[in-house]
Amino acid sequence: MSIELRTSPHQHSGRDVPVIMRNVVYSLLPICAFSIWQYGLSAAALILVVTLACLAAERINNMIRDNGNSLSDWSAVITGVLLALTLPPSFPLWMGAVAGFAAVWLGKSLFGGLGQNPFNPALIGRAFVQAAFPTAISTWVPAYMPHRFGEFIPSSLTAPFMVPPEIALWVKQQGMDAFTGATPLARWKFENITASSMDFLTGNITASAGETSAILILICGLYLAFRKFLDWRIPVAVLGSAMLLAWVFHFAQPARYPTPTFVLLSGGLMLGAWFMATDMATSPVTPRGIWLYGALIGVLTVVIRYFGGLTEGVMYAILIANATSSLLDQFNQPRILGGKRGKS
Amino acid sequence: MSTPSSFDEFLDGLWKQNPIFVMVLGMCPTLAVTVSAVNAISMGLATTFVLGTSCLLVSLLRHAIPKQVRIASYIVIIATFVTVVDYAIQAISLDLYEALGAYIKLIVANCILLGRAEAHAAKNPPLPATTNAIGMGLGFTLGLFLIGCVREILGAGKLFGVALFGDHFQPWVVMVLPPGGFFVLGFWLITIAAFRHFNKKRNAQLQGAQP
Repeated sequence: MSIELRTSPHQHSGRDVPVIMRNVVYSLLPICAFSIWQYGLSAAALILVVTLACLAAERINNMIRDNGNSLSDWSAVITGVLLALTLPPSFPLWMGAVAGFAAVWLGKSLFGGLGQNPFNPALIGRAFVQAAFPTAISTWVPAYMPHRFGEFIPSSLTAPFMVPPEIALWVKQQGMDAFTGATPLARWKFENITASSMDFLTGNITASAGETSAILILICGLYLAFRKFLDWRIPVAVLGSAMLLAWVFHFAQPARYPTPTFVLLSGGLMLGAWFMATDMATSPVTPRGIWLYGALIGVLTVVIRYFGGLTEGVMYAILIANATSSLLDQFNQPRILGGKRGKS
Repeated sequence: MSTPSSFDEFLDGLWKQNPIFVMVLGMCPTLAVTVSAVNAISMGLATTFVLGTSCLLVSLLRHAIPKQVRIASYIVIIATFVTVVDYAIQAISLDLYEALGAYIKLIVANCILLGRAEAHAAKNPPLPATTNAIGMGLGFTLGLFLIGCVREILGAGKLFGVALFGDHFQPWVVMVLPPGGFFVLGFWLITIAAFRHFNKKRNAQLQGAQP
C-alpha cells in the first residue's frame, strides 16, 4: 500500500470554473428572455452581438498569446451577456461590439485572464462605452412597443462608426405619446416623480435591457445563492446597506428623498448586487471583508445617486469596491484557530 | 567594441531606444498634448529643437562645467532654448500656442532632455551628441505622432483636421479625454513590444537554421 503525501485541500467538490460559470449563464437566461419579450428584436440582437464580440475578443487573445483555448470556461459568455443586459436596448450594435472587446481586453486579458482581473470585466466594458459614447448610452426606449418583434429600433442598426439616428420621432410613430425618454431614476432626480413599485415589478419602465424586472433578477439570484454559486452575504450587504441609508434619508426628508423600495427596485441595483458584485475574482473572500465590501457598494450607490452628477451609480460603486477588495481582505484576515487575539 | 557610427547614433533614438516606446520617458506631454496629430508633431519638433541645441551646447561645454553644478547648468541651458521655442511658437501660430499650453514651457522638466544631457551629451563630442539628440527628438516626435493619429482619428474622425469619415462619424469621446491617452499609449506599447518579440524570435530561428 502506498501512502501519498499531499497538502490540503484533499477533496474537490466537483465544481470547477466551467460548471459555476455555466450555471450563472443558465440563471441569466430567464432575464434575457424577459428582456427580449419587452424590447423585442433589438434586445435579442444586442445580447447576441455583445456576447459574440466577447467570445471573439477572447479567441483573438488566445491566438496572440498562444495559450490554448479559454472559451470553454464560459466566462466570456457571462461577461457578454451581463454587459448586454446593462446596456440600453436601443444601443447601436456596433457600439455593443466595441463594449464587448473593451470588456474582455481592458477588463480581463490585460491583467492576465480569468481570475487575475481586479475589476468586473462587464462593468469595465460598460464604463468604456459610457465614457466613449455618452449620448447613445443614455438614450432609452419604452418597453412593450407594439411592433417590437417585427422591426429593429432604428438606432440598433447604425452603420459602424456612425452617429445613431434620433429615435424620439420614431418612438412617437409607434404610438407611445406619453414617452419621456428618461429612466425612473432620472425622472426622480430632475422632476421629482417616482415610479410606482408595480411598474418596477412588471418591468413597465424605461431602463437597460436587463434591469427592468427586479423580481425576476431576485429569483434568479436566489437560485444561484441556494445552489451556493454565489455568496449570499454580498447581495444582502449591498441591498441592506443601500436600503438602510435610503431609509435614513427618506425618514429625515420624505419630500426630497425617495422611499427605500424605490431605491432598491430602480436602476441596476438588483442586477449589480446579485450578478456583478458577486463576481468571485473581484470580491473579497474573508467574512468581514465581504460584509464591508457589500456595504461599501450599497452606500456608494446611494451617495452617487443622491449627490452625484449621474443618475445611476451602481456601476462606479461596484468598480470602486472592486478596487478595495484585496485591501479589505488584507485588513480582515480571520484569527487562525489557536492564534492569539489581536494577531492574525 | 567599435565606436558606433553617427548614423547608428541617430537610429538609436528613433527606434532601438525610442524615448516613448522603449525608455517610456517624457510621459507628461505624451499623454497631455496628443489629442491631435498636429499638436503631437509640433510638440515633438519643439522638443527636438531644444534637445538638439541644448545637447550641442552641453557637449561643447562638457569640460567647462564643474561636476557639482552640472544639473543646474544643464537646466539653465535647456531653459534658454525652451524660452526661444516658446516665443517662436507664439509668433508662428497663436492657436497652436494655446493648444499646447503650459506643455511648451514644461519641456524644461521633460526627463528626456536632462537624461540625454547627463547620459550622452556630457560624455561625447559635439557631433555624436547632436546626432543622438536629434534622433531621440525625432523618435519622440514619431511616438507622439502615432498616439496623436489614433486619438484624432477615433476621437474626432479627422486626421490633420481633415474629416475622414463624413459628417455622421460618431466621435469616441473617451479618446480625447485623459483615459484615451493612456489606452492608446498602452496599445502602442503592446503592439511595438509584440513586434520586437516576434522579430527577435524570427531572428533566433534564422540563426539557428544556418549556424
